[in-house]
This record gives sequence, structure tokens and C-alpha cells, in this order.
Amino acid sequence: MAIEKSYAEINAKIKEGKAVVVTAEELISMVDEKGVKKATEEVDVVTTGTFAPMCSSGVFLNLGHTTPKMKMHQVWLNNVPAYGGIAAVDAYLGATALPDNDPLNNNYPGEFKYGGGHVIEDLVARKPVRFRATGYGTDCYPRREIETNITLDEINEAILFNPRNAYQSYNCGVNLTSRTVYTYLGMLKPNLGNAHYSTSGQLSPLLKDPNFNTIGVGTRIFLGGGTGYVVWNGTQHFPEFLQTDSDGEQKGPAGGTLSVLGDLKQMKPEWLIGTSYLGYGASLSVGIGIPIPMLNEEVCRNAAIKDKDLYAPVIDYGEAYPNAKPGYLKLVSFAELKSGKIIVNGKEVPTAPLSSYPKAKQIAAQLKDWVAKGEFILGEPSQLLPSSDAGLKGKPLKG
Amino acid sequence: MSPKRIVLRFDATIADQPIIYRLVSDFGLVVNIIKANVNPQKEGTMVMEITGEKNKQGLEYLRGQGVQVHTLTENIIRNEEQCTSCGACTAICPSGALYLKRPSMEVHFDSDQCVVCHLCTKICPVRAMEAHF
Repeated sequence: MAIEKSYAEINAKIKEGKAVVVTAEELISMVDEKGVKKATEEVDVVTTGTFAPMCSSGVFLNLGHTTPKMKMHQVWLNNVPAYGGIAAVDAYLGATALPDNDPLNNNYPGEFKYGGGHVIEDLVARKPVRFRATGYGTDCYPRREIETNITLDEINEAILFNPRNAYQSYNCGVNLTSRTVYTYLGMLKPNLGNAHYSTSGQLSPLLKDPNFNTIGVGTRIFLGGGTGYVVWNGTQHFPEFLQTDSDGEQKGPAGGTLSVLGDLKQMKPEWLIGTSYLGYGASLSVGIGIPIPMLNEEVCRNAAIKDKDLYAPVIDYGEAYPNAKPGYLKLVSFAELKSGKIIVNGKEVPTAPLSSYPKAKQIAAQLKDWVAKGEFILGEPSQLLPSSDAGLKGKPLKG
Repeated sequence: MSPKRIVLRFDATIADQPIIYRLVSDFGLVVNIIKANVNPQKEGTMVMEITGEKNKQGLEYLRGQGVQVHTLTENIIRNEEQCTSCGACTAICPSGALYLKRPSMEVHFDSDQCVVCHLCTKICPVRAMEAHF
């Protein structure tokens, strides 16, 4: 008889401290040893993890009212502008925001030493942050300016809300041109000098639930060292299966993204790190871990997919990517990427990740520990995210 | 005259040229190569000591050939607490001083291999690589 487990059953075991929890890496060896059926029976939860720069991140802040009250029209934290067009004392600080006086790429390639991601890291590290705001003055909010120091604990709320995180599979970037390019995938040397990728492969959350059988609105996750939630599909959530050109064979999932939210005050600076990319900009490296309940054999089989069966498309960031030319040079497996070299256009190209595999392992292990100790109960999604069947496609912007 | 310690960086177009031989034959310099590396892309890096009166002219000749010449007065340090072991530096580092240990995928730094080219200090996303004088 087919195995079917419910969230309620699994959560009951977690609460009793009897749930069997393994990381996605451990599940792989278990399935190799015992087969899918046995592993599905034995395991209740599989944990995943990823730690990488995720630009579409930011934090909603409620700063508290001043005396007299003030409608904060323009807002800066450590000189980095935040968006004040929400309400009187609320602001949203984006990870890629840059100080007003940043030289940007005028001195190419720009260094982007400090931006929104770094402010978020400083807040989480409980460092004082210089806060400045101006207002135009209204009858109910007469004050026009403020400059003070704030710390994370002194303000009312700080909600990390990242509209697009945890990309399912991501491009492997190379450079076919004869000049160095500086991208969000790092520095790409000319003439196929190197290849950079940014996914933790067999530990990566959305690669282990390729059809979104378990991940949905309300899934409770590890976010930045605290507890967070999947609150929607991420922006640009276009899940599909990569295919080879010749036979059309499915080659692993790609394109899914998550919208995630959590209380910044619970989070830890080692899992939210301000990041700078030479010639590109500032960002935030985010740690995310997702538990996958072993509901049935299909879920288990998917969670046990190995690096050699997960793929990334190799894309030329010198010419094709900036000019929005579709297609890719080839597909490479994460096993090849992790080996340190791939072959592109007949040339051996050294590879390097931007996503930290050691940190992804720590996240999966931490989440495993929380669930095993009964401290982390699974959130049953009230709605699953659209899968590749939904046929979602990105639209180009005309103009 | 005490020897001058320098770092040379050159690309594939001159990797096959006998530039060091020229320093000796044309400028009468005494050279002591401390480290040398040519990576699979044929980009080369070299750390060496040079002594001789035509020191300046020799370095001018190298620059004229497209070689980047830097004085070696610094050490590069990896701030292990700051490093997230992402690996972004490892395919960039020209001498292999920064590399990934497999299968753990942890970043390691072998300072003996470092040629102080400074690339890592600029491209490290969390600025974990620091130059110390």
C-alpha cells in the first residue's frame, strides 16, 4: 500500500520529540542504501539549506513616533535611503539601496562598500545606526526633521520581507567576450576564464521539491537564523524544467522563487550578511532552510535527487545576458560545477560558487536539530505555490 | 644595493616571452625568482627579487611589454570570521592561493602561494580578504 502521511501526524511526532529528521544529504545516502519506500516510511522530515546573495531582500521598519509627531517623508539609515511612502513612521529599506553620495560605477568598477544589506546586518548585530528623516509638516504631524541613533531593540518592529529569494536553480555565468565583466555573479574573466554558479545543489530548498508538492503559503522556514514563513510565490516565479535541445528530455527544475517574511529581531548576523559586488552593487546574503515533510514516496524521491541529476544553464554574461538573448550554451550538472571545472565550447573552464555550501550544510543541520528537539513545528501550507504545470512565463517590458 | 621585491602579472599574450632573460642579458640585473605560476588560462604571476643598477630601466622594459609591476610590501590576510566560504574568490585568484577543499567546499588560503595581486580584496563579497602593510 502506498505510504501517505499527513502534516498532523508528522507534527504530532515532532511535538513528542519522536520525529525522524535527516538533512537532504543524509536522505540521499539513505535512499541509496534502503530505497525510496523504506526511506519514506522511516523519515518524517528532510531539511534543506541555502546561503547566498539574494538581492530582492529588505526590511519594513516601524520607527516609533517622535514628540511632536512627524510624517517621515524622506528617510536614511547610515546615509542609505529607505522608502518612506508607506505611512508616517514606517519605512522599507532595500538590500541594494546605496548611499546618496556613493560614486556608483563612475569610478568603474565601483566598489559599493556599504548599502542596504550592510545596514540590515548592522541592525541585526545590534550596532547603533544613524537615523535621519525629513518631513514636510502637516497639522497632525508638525515636526520636520530628526537625526538620532537607533538600535534594533529600540524600534517597534522590524520585519524582514524578501519578495524574491531562494531561486530554484540559477544560471551559471561565463564570459565569451574579450573584456572582463563585473556581474552579480562576480567577476567573469574574458574568453571563458571562469564560470560562477550560485545554488547549493542537492541541499537547495526548491530543487528538493521541484513540483511544489509541499512548499506553499504558510510553510514555516529557517530565515536568517530565526523563524520565518513562505508568504507567497516570489516575484518572477516561473517554474519550469530545463530541457536539452536535441531530445527534449527533462533536466531538472528551475525558475521557482519564494517570497519570505520573518521577525528581524529574532535573526542573527551570521545568517544575514551585507554583501558587495565589484562593479555591480550591494546586496544581502541570506540563509534560508526549508523542512520538507515526507508525505509520500514521490516527495521522498524528489528530495533525494543528487547533484549529478540537477542542472544549471550556462549563460554568457558578456553579451547574451545583458542583451536579453534567450537560450543557453549548455546545461551542466551541479556535480560537474562542484568538481571545479566544466567544458564550455571545448574549453576547460574553472568553476566557483557564490553560494556557500558549508553554510548551507550548517543551516540544514540547525533546522534538523530544531525539528528533532520539537522546537520547530511544520506549517501546513494553506495554498501550494504554482508548479511548472501553471505555465507561468516572464513578460518582457516594452519600450 | 639591497634587492627589490616585486610582483609581476602578465597575460597569455606574453606568457611565452623570455622577459626574465631580457632583464639579465639587456639590463645586467640579478634576479631571484621566489614564486612563479602560470594558470590554465596562461596568465602568469611571479614574485622575485631584483638587484642591479639598471633596476629602473628593467622595470620600464617590463611595463612596456604589458607586464604589471607592483612592489611587494604587503601581506594578504584572510579574516576567517568574516569569510562565509562562498568561493567567489577561488576561480579568480591567479596563483591558486585561494582554493576550495572538496568535498566540504570550504575556502582555504595558502599565503605562501599568494602573489599579493589584490584581486581578492576587491572581489570578496564580504570583504574578508585584507591587505596588511
